[in-house]
Amino acid sequence: MSLYYTQKLLYQLNRDQSLQEKFFADKESVLTDYELNEEEHAAIVTPDIGLLYILGVNGQILMHFAAMCGYAWPEYIQSMRDALDEHGNVKAGLYVTTDGKGAT
Amino acid sequence: MSLVFAGICSHAPGITGRIHMADKDDARTLQSAMNEMRENLERAKPDALIVIAAEHFANFFMDNMPSYCMGMAGHYNGPIEDPQWLGIERTRIPGVPELSRRIITSIMQDIDLAYAEEWKFDHGIMVPLHHLTPRYDLPIIPANINCQGPPLTPLHRAYAFGQALGRACAEIPERIAIVGTGGISHWPATPDSGKINEAWDRDFLERWCDNDRDALLDYSDEQVYLDAGQGGFEIRNFIAVAGAAENSKGTVHYYRPIPIFAVGCTAATMAIA
Ligand SMILES: [Fe+2]
Repeated sequence: MSLYYTQKLLYQLNRDQSLQEKFFADKESVLTDYELNEEEHAAIVTPDIGLLYILGVNGQILMHFAAMCGYAWPEYIQSMRDALDEHGNVKAGLYVTTDGKGAT
Repeated sequence: MSLVFAGICSHAPGITGRIHMADKDDARTLQSAMNEMRENLERAKPDALIVIAAEHFANFFMDNMPSYCMGMAGHYNGPIEDPQWLGIERTRIPGVPELSRRIITSIMQDIDLAYAEEWKFDHGIMVPLHHLTPRYDLPIIPANINCQGPPLTPLHRAYAFGQALGRACAEIPERIAIVGTGGISHWPATPDSGKINEAWDRDFLERWCDNDRDALLDYSDEQVYLDAGQGGFEIRNFIAVAGAAENSKGTVHYYRPIPIFAVGCTAATMAIA
């Protein structure tokens, strides 16, 4: 199950400033250390925050990667809503949404 | 008897990070509730503060996930998040290794507890400290209950962890304060962020104030997930505080759903019996 490694990479990026710098300078050189499938690999490189959400990345890990990639809070929430429209529900993990509409 | 303060409060990162997006009255009333909690804490004159916070993959990951862990480092650093994102500057927080070690050793009589001599604080601890010890001058002992990566510890073990903590505090001369952080119902970091189940929260707080063990443990994770979201799993922290102050009753000083902060913001304390 490579969702584990997708989350592990993002967890380590969140914790480690020097890994972050290495990643944003040369993503492929960092990604070789993680067992990812093609879809996960592409979603991380793009980055496609909405797709990472659909693949099941825990929100507590993903929200920091989104911020790291320059997403403001409303953009981050919107990217997940758009991904729900595009891909259907979250495929794995704890962050399967209920109705995707939040408080609004 | 050296448990001198026991309380619970919210720790959502939006409380500090998105304060500029909040309604002024919401921000002001929450701030004054937290000020009041800080004054109560200071009046108790604690030697150290144990913060029971479900962290969010700052230190612990699914490669080796402890159900319960406490820190015994000389100092801690936080926040691990981007300071601008969280609205809290990076700082060094004092620890208290020898006292931490004594408490941890005592708890181990009842609970198989992990320990850590290194710990980066995330919003679960930093948001409460930002309000409760804004000068970072009170030694902190962090405690973590895994509420993020299932399988999760059962609620009755969270209560038992609290009881062991309360007993450990009773055995030592130091004056110890405990604050549990998190919850209550919320769907953080999802498209449902901002959804809050106020009725569920108020019912939980009633059970917490009554310190009714049976009622507090009468939840299944499946039902919590449906009624209170992933964030609802953090009731473990509040239940542990109830266990630590098991003969005490509580009072809710503040509860208000604030969607931009993604939680029903809460401040409550136990009157230590
Ligand atoms: Fe949390």
